[in-house]
Amino acid sequence: MVAEYRKLVTTRMWWVLLLALAAYLAFIGGALAFSIVVAAENEQGDLMLHGVDAAASIYGLTNAIGYVFPLVIGSLAMTTEFRHQTITQSLLVEPRRGVFLGAKLLATLPLGLLYGVVATAAVVLASAPVLAGLGDGAFLTEPDIIEVLLLSVVVTALWAMIGVAFGSVLTNQVAAIVVILAVTQFVEPIARVALGAFDALDGVAKFLPGAAADGLIGASLLGSMDGGSAELLPRWAALLVMLAYAGILAAIGRFTTLRRDIG
Amino acid sequence: MTGPTLAVEGVAKTFGAVRAVDDLSFTVRPGAVTGFLGPNGAGKTTTLRMLLGLTRPTAGRLLVGDRPYGEHERPARVVGAALEASSFHPGRTGLAHLEVFAPQVGVSRQRCRELIEFVGLGPAADRRVGGYSMGMRQRLGLATALLGDPPAIVLDEPANGLDPEGIVWLRRLLRAFADEGRTVLISSHVLTEVQHTVDDVVIIARGKLVHASSLAALADLAEPETYVESPDPAALQRLCEARGWTAAASDRGLLVTGVVAAEVGAAAHSAGVELHQLASRGVGLEDVFLRLTGGAS
Repeated sequence: MVAEYRKLVTTRMWWVLLLALAAYLAFIGGALAFSIVVAAENEQGDLMLHGVDAAASIYGLTNAIGYVFPLVIGSLAMTTEFRHQTITQSLLVEPRRGVFLGAKLLATLPLGLLYGVVATAAVVLASAPVLAGLGDGAFLTEPDIIEVLLLSVVVTALWAMIGVAFGSVLTNQVAAIVVILAVTQFVEPIARVALGAFDALDGVAKFLPGAAADGLIGASLLGSMDGGSAELLPRWAALLVMLAYAGILAAIGRFTTLRRDIG
Repeated sequence: MTGPTLAVEGVAKTFGAVRAVDDLSFTVRPGAVTGFLGPNGAGKTTTLRMLLGLTRPTAGRLLVGDRPYGEHERPARVVGAALEASSFHPGRTGLAHLEVFAPQVGVSRQRCRELIEFVGLGPAADRRVGGYSMGMRQRLGLATALLGDPPAIVLDEPANGLDPEGIVWLRRLLRAFADEGRTVLISSHVLTEVQHTVDDVVIIARGKLVHASSLAALADLAEPETYVESPDPAALQRLCEARGWTAAASDRGLLVTGVVAAEVGAAAHSAGVELHQLASRGVGLEDVFLRLTGGAS
């Protein structure tokens, strides 16, 4: 596991992505805080959010907008092995392939936590002054908000783990990144809104990975903007759903990719 | 130190309709350097990958000592392997590459630093592997293989990309390992590249074993060739015909195959044929190799 961790931090990718994540979230967080505050002031904020809800939604951005970053770094941890054929050396030193995959999943957690801390910090630093100065307040001492912040960090780490599991299923690096971008930026948001529009399917939407993550945090930008039709899972269930995604993908990876001949 | 015996027992491997390895059996003994030879596509790398548990054989089994590679507690401390010179992350430094694998092998960062110096990459230790030459990658691969100070060493085409100086260095190193009692197996598609390095040879072609013996026994299979020149070519020609030798015109004389120089000289002397040149063309090991690998169908 130490080895897997060293693999992650001995290349440049991890901090390049981390910087991108921080910059991106700071920008979006600041911009969104500003627009919510301004919208509220202009009294056109029927759909918009006020007070603690506004703060929670913005702080929850780490997950709502930023989750693509831990997913990508997680998937890279696996796909890089195949792209550069380091998988050969990795399996030479650890021929037990289940152990190899497990180590990779666990080793990604610390980095995922770091991503979570940095991402959450970036959002808070950019948006809290706006909310405090122009809006209803930053609410940084509110217990609910602190929960959102902490859980955002946990969720980011879980996303990184799901990324590793996904990478073990789809080992082609380019394909993995394309699929992650397509699903996170396009397929899932649409699916959540679309499923939410049909009563019969409404219950399904909350089991989508992004919705489950929102459920774990307990705040959803997407959920609150579409009129609150999409209900979220309770936290414990949301956590289980996220772990299940990681577990199922990893199991598929273990019995397809990692059962094949290497090389 | 006594290295483990490597055993390949009745191994076959099919990829789709292609039979890459077919009923292959041989053993590699400790205390010697064994050359695993065959033309490109003969199944060498596939066999090594099966030996190291990366690829599963369709039939048969491969053992390192008393059990398959993957069933050893810390396999990298039993067998050090370098399979291809290209399998490094280009964005990692040479030293970081070693440090990544050190924990699972169970060695310290200090050992990584020592090894990178040992293989002559000290000045390049903190440069990214992406900028390494082929020879440097070979050296880094070797350093990776040696991390766990393993009693057995398996190298796939280790001489590829090494400069002549590097090849001599590698040869001495492998010789020293074998003298310490380790098991050393190196593959190559060029016999001459390793003929000064190996004690034993295992030759395969089209997935099948065609020859396994000591290098000396392989040399015995070679036909000697003698070049002979006389001011009286007609007399020399008659002598060859009388003796039943195969002789072909070559340069300004004859090339006699299957007969050593001493025998040609003695025959010419007793027949009174004057010779101006009598030279042994040495043992054509490469010819033996080509004959063995070409004729196995």
